[in-house]
Formats: sequence, structure tokens, C-alpha cells
Amino acid sequence: MSAVPGLVGDVLQQQQDHAGGCARATLDLAPPKLCLQDLSLKYKTSSGEKLLALDKINLRVAAGEFLCIVGPSGCGKSTLLYLIAGLHEPSSGSVLMDSKKVVRTGTDRIMIFQEHGLFPWLTVEENVEFGMKMKGVPKAERREHVHEYLKLVHLQKFQKSYIHQLSGGMRQRVAIARALATEPDVLLMDEPFAALDAQTRDLLHDELERIWAETGRTIVFVTHNVREAVRLGDRVAVFTFRPGRVKREYKIDLPRPRQLEDTAVAGTAREILTDLREEINKSLEEEYQAERQR
Amino acid sequence: MKNVAKRIGRQVAFYAVLIGLWALIVRLHIWPTYIFPPPADVYTALRDGFEDHSFWIAIGVSMRHMLLGYGISVVLGTVLGIGLASNRFLEQTVGGLLVSLQSMPSICWLPLAVLWFGLSENAILFVIVMGSTLSVTISMETGRKQMPKIYSMAGRNLGARKWKLFYYVLLPASMPYIITGLKQGWAFAWRSLFAGEMLSATLGLGQRLNAGRDNSDMPMVIAVMILIVAIGYLVDGVLFRAVERRMQHKWGLLAST
Repeated sequence: MSAVPGLVGDVLQQQQDHAGGCARATLDLAPPKLCLQDLSLKYKTSSGEKLLALDKINLRVAAGEFLCIVGPSGCGKSTLLYLIAGLHEPSSGSVLMDSKKVVRTGTDRIMIFQEHGLFPWLTVEENVEFGMKMKGVPKAERREHVHEYLKLVHLQKFQKSYIHQLSGGMRQRVAIARALATEPDVLLMDEPFAALDAQTRDLLHDELERIWAETGRTIVFVTHNVREAVRLGDRVAVFTFRPGRVKREYKIDLPRPRQLEDTAVAGTAREILTDLREEINKSLEEEYQAERQR
Repeated sequence: MKNVAKRIGRQVAFYAVLIGLWALIVRLHIWPTYIFPPPADVYTALRDGFEDHSFWIAIGVSMRHMLLGYGISVVLGTVLGIGLASNRFLEQTVGGLLVSLQSMPSICWLPLAVLWFGLSENAILFVIVMGSTLSVTISMETGRKQMPKIYSMAGRNLGARKWKLFYYVLLPASMPYIITGLKQGWAFAWRSLFAGEMLSATLGLGQRLNAGRDNSDMPMVIAVMILIVAIGYLVDGVLFRAVERRMQHKWGLLAST
């Protein structure tokens, strides 16, 4: 840690102060937007075996914060987003949003999926207005907002297009616009740029950083790409391989706007990666064992 | 546009050659004309049938049977399909029964239908409904099951619940399967229709076909067969195809031209 002083902040000691810390403000922190308390998830695999996917996760996310979660595949980091979104139910523990317990889906927490999940039977503008339509916002008002958000992601020209006519990067931008159009407090992004080529991803990093700054949303961003996490996040949480636990948290104080190529970004990423490598090896080993047993 | 013209040209030429060959074979006098009539006789039978309105009436009656029977099948099939897709108990019990019933050729329902309903229109409707409901049901069920989960996740996430989720997300997301089911249901209904009509005393196309046989009127038999093929093609190959292509285009399932 001390090798790069000032770049990586102290590991947050949140593991110790979580109990009861969600409901009230502590001395140095405003009440968190999101607070995960002892969140665990067990599930049954198809072979009937019980798996602990997430083990007592304690995390707090401040309003307007950009939190990135990195971990090897199979660490339950995507599952965590589903829990926050209310799409899955935890086995124990709870998710608090503005100190209120999350019990089901709500448009204050919107997911952006890796496979974007846009509706192919709707046009770009119909996709973007979908959330407002579900809320019962009148049509004229919806159209106005759609314009606004399509402008934000530079896609005004494509409002009448169907999804299959767009490139991968454009699709993710539509997904971002669709998510923002419901005016959520929290954006939950599940490896949204993993399937994109490097150039498109760079571009979307810039756009996401700009949109985040302009709209002031809270973002929880899951990725397996450590550099991406350092490039974007205010804080990076490293998850262990199965069961998923918070291994360590890094505060990223690098000045913005950042670039993926910045040496400071690369240096910090390398440090986190060393921490993560152990977990990645565990996941690879397990994969290898599973393959051998087949 | 040019390609369309070319295709139609080819098809016209193909049928011209086919009819030419037919006329030529008749000329060879291998079979007597009451067994193998010349195209001209069949044309006359077609023309006379339309002129004395008997074909119009037959088509009208048959289409009424179809619309009624198919309509009932679609409603019943949809309800059953949704029920099966959303309830595991129903799926394992009723679902298995339906799949095994589906293997029954619709003509095999006829004796039962005649005993229950007599030689009436109701017997025909019954056979149509039994023949096509199940294929609609099965496609609906597969549609609901195979639909990518991400659509319902995204829908719920964006605030769609209960009927809104069903109407705005699940239904459109399973549309490709639904259209396949409707198309298949129509094809099964169309086949069942003639099984029913040939035995019952109505004025439908199937009865015309049977009358042709009773009178040893070969041109009439062939004329009605041509009508059946033509109507079948119009609905299946033109109407359903158009709906299907439109949807595929929208979804990007077709290579866009």
C-alpha cells in the first residue's frame, strides 16, 4: 500500500462498524444511500447441492458515490445487484435504501444488464419511455423526457430505430438512457461494457463519467476488469471467490476525468489485481476440478 | 422489385408447363378421361361451380366452420398454454396428457364426434377444435418457457408488475412463438375441417369433394382440390407469412435487406 502513497486510501474498516450503522449517520459519514447488512444468499444448484453465493456482505454506498465491485467470475457480484434491485430475495440480512428495507423491485433502483435487456419489439424511444409508461406518466411528458435522455447519450437521431439496427455500444447507451428515464436514485450496472470492443468501451467510460457527474446518481458498477473499476470508481470493493465476501475496499482518490491509460490508474489497478489474483486462481482451480469430474 | 417480377415470371412459366404436360398426357390416352380428365374439363367445372354459386356457398360455409372452430381453439389454446406455463402441477399432469393427445390424428376424433353430436356442424367444430387447440397450447407454453429471462427481469426492474408485466413484456416477448403456434393451429384446423366436412351433411368444400366422388365427377373432385390448396396457400403462405415476416423484421431475426 505504501508503495504508491496517496493513490490508494486506507482500507475502510466498515466490517467493524456496520452493526446499527445503517440507520443513523455516523460522525464522519452522511447517512448512506444504500446499506447492505449481513447480506447472504444460499441457493440450490441443479444437482441439488446447496451453495453459499454471498456470505454476510456489509457495504455502504453514499449518495452520489460511484462504487465498483470486482471479483472473479462466480463470486456472486452480479447476484448482489439482483438483490439490491429486489429481483432476488436474500436468504438472510437486508438491503436498506435510504434506511428503508428493500422488499421488491422499484424504479428507484434500475439495473443495466450486460446483454442490455432492451426490448426488441419496441423502438429506441419506446424502450426509453417504458419505465415512465409503467408509472403512468402521460404521453406528452414521456416524449419530452425521452428526447432529453436520448440527447444525453447522443442518440436523438435513432429514436425510431429498432434495437437490432444499432451497434453494441449504441445499445448500451439506449439501456443507460432507459434506466435514467425512470429517474432512479441508484444505477446498478452489471458488467455493462464487457461485451464491447475496446474503443467503444473507452468512449462509454467517458460518457458514463460525464452522465454521472451531470445527473449525480449513485452507481454500483460490477466488473471483472480491475482497470475499468479504477478508471470509473470512487471506491473499489474486491470480492472473494465463492462464497462472495468483501475482501478489501480501496478508496480511489485519483483526479477526474481519468483515462484508462493513465499511469496512476494502471498502478492502482496492478495493486488491486495482486490482491485479486489469489481469488481468480481459486476460481480457475474450481473450474478445472469441475471439468475433470465430468 | 425486379426480383419479384422475375419470381412471378418463373412461377407462371412453371404452372404453364405443368398444365401443358397434363394436357399432353391426357392426349396419350393412357387412362380414360373420367379417371384422368383434361385441364379444360377441370376449368369448366371450376367456372360452372362459381357461376352457379355452389363454390361460393361452399367456401363461405367452410370458412365459417374454420373461423368458428379456429377461434375457439385459439382462445382455449391460449388459456391452457398460459395455465400450463405458469403452474408446475398443471404442466406435469395436464401437460403430459395434452402432448399424448396431440399425437392423435384429428380424423380419429370423428367417430366420437358423430356419436356425440350427430352428422352436424357441431361435430365438425368439435373435430377442428380437438385438432388445433393442442398445437396452439403447446406453442404458447414453449413460448413462455423459452422466452429469455432477461426480458421479464428488465420489465420487472422498470416497474412492470402483474398484468402490466404480462401485457407489455411477457406477451410481446413470446410473440415469435405465439405466431408459430397460431400458424400451426391454423394448419391443423384446416386439415381437421375436411375430415369433418367429408362425413357430415353440410354445404362445405369437403362435402363438395365427397359429392364429386359420389357422382364419379372427376373434374369436380380436382376442381375442389385446387380450391382447397389455393385457399390454404392464401392464408398460410400469404397472410401468416406476411405477419411472420413483419415481426421477424422488427426483431431483426431476418437478415435486413
